[in-house]
Amino acid sequence: MSTIAADVTDHAHDDHGPAKGLKRWLFATNHKDIGTMYLIFSFAMFLVGGLMALVIRSELAVPGLQFVHPEFFNSMTTMHALIMVFGAVMPAFVGLANWMIPMMVGAPDMALPRMNNWSFWILPVAFGILLSTLFMPGGAPASGWTMYPPLVLQTGDAFPFLIFSVHLMGISSIMGAINIIVTIMNMRAPGMSLLRMPIFVWTWLITAYLLIAVMPVLAGAVTMLLTDQFFGTSFFLAAGGGDPVMFQHIFWFFGHPEVYIMILPAFGVVSEIIPTFSRKPLFGRDSMIYAASCIAFLSFIVWAHHMFTVGMPLSGQLFFMFATMLIAVPTGVKVFNWVATMWKGAMSFETPMLFALAFVFLFTIGGFSGLMLAITPADIQYHDSYFVVAHFHYVLVPGSIFAIMAGVYYWLPKWTGHMYNESVGKLHFWLSTIFVNVTFFPMHFLGLAGMPRRIPDYATQFADFNFIASIGAFGFGLSQLIFIWVLVTAKKGVPATDAVWDNPEGLEWTVPSPAPFHTFDTPPEVPPLRHEHA
Amino acid sequence: MNFNRAMVPAGNLKPMLRKLVLALAGVTLAGAAHADWGLNMPQGVTELSQETYDLHMLIFWVCVAIGVVVFGVMIYSIFAHRQSKGVKPAQFSHSTAAEIIWTAVPVFILLALAVPTARTLVRLEDSRDPDLTIVVTGYQWKWHYQYQDEGVGFYSSLSRPSLEARRKQSGIDPFSVDNYLLDVDNPVVVPVNKKVRVLLTSNDVLHAWWVPDLAMKKDAIPGIINEMWFKAEQTGTFRGQCAELCGKDHGYMPIVVEVVDEDAYRAWVDTRKADEPRLAAR
Repeated sequence: MSTIAADVTDHAHDDHGPAKGLKRWLFATNHKDIGTMYLIFSFAMFLVGGLMALVIRSELAVPGLQFVHPEFFNSMTTMHALIMVFGAVMPAFVGLANWMIPMMVGAPDMALPRMNNWSFWILPVAFGILLSTLFMPGGAPASGWTMYPPLVLQTGDAFPFLIFSVHLMGISSIMGAINIIVTIMNMRAPGMSLLRMPIFVWTWLITAYLLIAVMPVLAGAVTMLLTDQFFGTSFFLAAGGGDPVMFQHIFWFFGHPEVYIMILPAFGVVSEIIPTFSRKPLFGRDSMIYAASCIAFLSFIVWAHHMFTVGMPLSGQLFFMFATMLIAVPTGVKVFNWVATMWKGAMSFETPMLFALAFVFLFTIGGFSGLMLAITPADIQYHDSYFVVAHFHYVLVPGSIFAIMAGVYYWLPKWTGHMYNESVGKLHFWLSTIFVNVTFFPMHFLGLAGMPRRIPDYATQFADFNFIASIGAFGFGLSQLIFIWVLVTAKKGVPATDAVWDNPEGLEWTVPSPAPFHTFDTPPEVPPLRHEHA
Repeated sequence: MNFNRAMVPAGNLKPMLRKLVLALAGVTLAGAAHADWGLNMPQGVTELSQETYDLHMLIFWVCVAIGVVVFGVMIYSIFAHRQSKGVKPAQFSHSTAAEIIWTAVPVFILLALAVPTARTLVRLEDSRDPDLTIVVTGYQWKWHYQYQDEGVGFYSSLSRPSLEARRKQSGIDPFSVDNYLLDVDNPVVVPVNKKVRVLLTSNDVLHAWWVPDLAMKKDAIPGIINEMWFKAEQTGTFRGQCAELCGKDHGYMPIVVEVVDEDAYRAWVDTRKADEPRLAAR
């Protein structure tokens, strides 16, 4: 994504710069190098998963089966989701965390640099294994990323490789999360109390605890699948006295916190950007932290809203419905606080701010459809239809992924020492925003009109909106080529100042741009937050 | 666009172009172009499907109202409070009153929504005293229907015209097939204005039985018998599909429910029964 200036000789206390060549990356222990690798890896996975999405949208452009067989179509939806969730969104946020958290809390590096190296290098192995299943007898996994038994047990040779790669992704995430928690808890510069931490650091701290709580649950669930398949157990096999629904309960106990793992750091990024470009402190800073914590807590008690059609008792349905509706309250607080931050500010609209504003608009639309999905009787109609596909793509693409892009544009000058090309960035923003809506908005209509998800072909009354969605998908995919252009030319722009933007708040803006290979060898002075003066 | 078109084999160019024209015109005029073209959830033909639709519209309008306020403030702010207008940024950073209001107001809105929702949910789950019970079993990739009190049972699979057109590059235009992918050889026939209880299970993997007009969807799970019910208030043919990914032909196991009057239903049962020995012998 960006390369760090190799020339750091002018930096006074740089007695050990980066190693040369491949060794620098293979044996990397520097948080900035590892952050860069995470970001490049996640972007590569974003493109691979994106190509799979284009295979899906090509097949769905018109009714009839034109390009792929249904088995391969199912593999594409499954692999697209696994790659985007575990390969693109999560590692991108870990990459931002690696780069920014030590600089934001005034630490010289992550607390556990060698584990940091390992948690990154597991990922290419995990995804190498996962992608290799495309060439195996029986094809790649085709049971959906949710891996519901008994269908997942019909996977061909790919099955154990799927399980093993999920285990590796989990190990990587857990190690990353441990590192982040240890860094935040132990390595903050003097004067940086918990409530003075930047919001991005806060949301990542909460996210890291979520990861540690739920990744082992996923590992347990897939291990039970493995023993059901190979060692004669019947955890999920009705014929042996097991219960296929139990898998869904365990999976979504992981799966619901997982969706907050993918959105809380996005909240953090946006909460950094909006105050900077509104030239005003973040409104209700403490309540933002409490709201994020509330959302994290509630995420553990709402999992079965993914399962309203499995035949739960009435009392269970009522509990999960009410608990789910409650999430709207802290989420609303966050949106209202962002709007109040903009109110009476002096806004300017550089690319990071544009992406952050689109995030607030479009994530809120995803939040609205989420609230609709909480209404159980209506959910019975929405469930497993394209309405759900529209909902989660709204919170993940213009939600998580726009926040990642906003963060990259925001911190890119700090990483490279140069301003990216603002007009190309804006072009990237506008095309992405238009096409993301062209792609996903019609899916609401498709779902309400009765189109189920995960089907390779559809009845003719769904043709119009599918065709529009496919145009949008290709437009969105091509727009990302502009992003590649921005990143490739990132070091060609004018040199960036230390503050980069107009007087942003935070320690990362006190170090030179590009940030030297080692920052904060001695702890910096942490000033009180600006609004504490007021 | 050119890109998209270039990937289409020549045989499919025509329907694609037709769709392009329709898609462009369709955004405004589609209601006229397609009779069954839908933007919204169907209101359906049962009391509960109507209630479900009403709840859906209620929550939709609540979201629209909140959206108008939030996006309105945001858009105003984006135009009025911009640096290029030379405004001096205010420096306030909290307001306890505002924060209490926008925490409390959503709580009250949610409470107001929770009451009617819970009421409908209770009714959805009340499948007592049915007039008729059908056991539905999901198979990869067809449905089996067993009428518990009538001794009638049959498989229901995708109808032949759809089956031929669905093959990869079949050369058959899906638009030329009636009810493409939504038609079966043996539809389920039920009497109008009778409470029909559906008992759902599966023979292999998970499936889900969904007919939007009946506002009914539930998973068919091996080893578990799930229950749901409907009482259709209009005669007609209502179509749906399997809604839980069940393998390669998940998209090809539709559901067709024919709601007929009592006499026609009895006549249908009698024909079915007469056919039964013959079908069984085959």
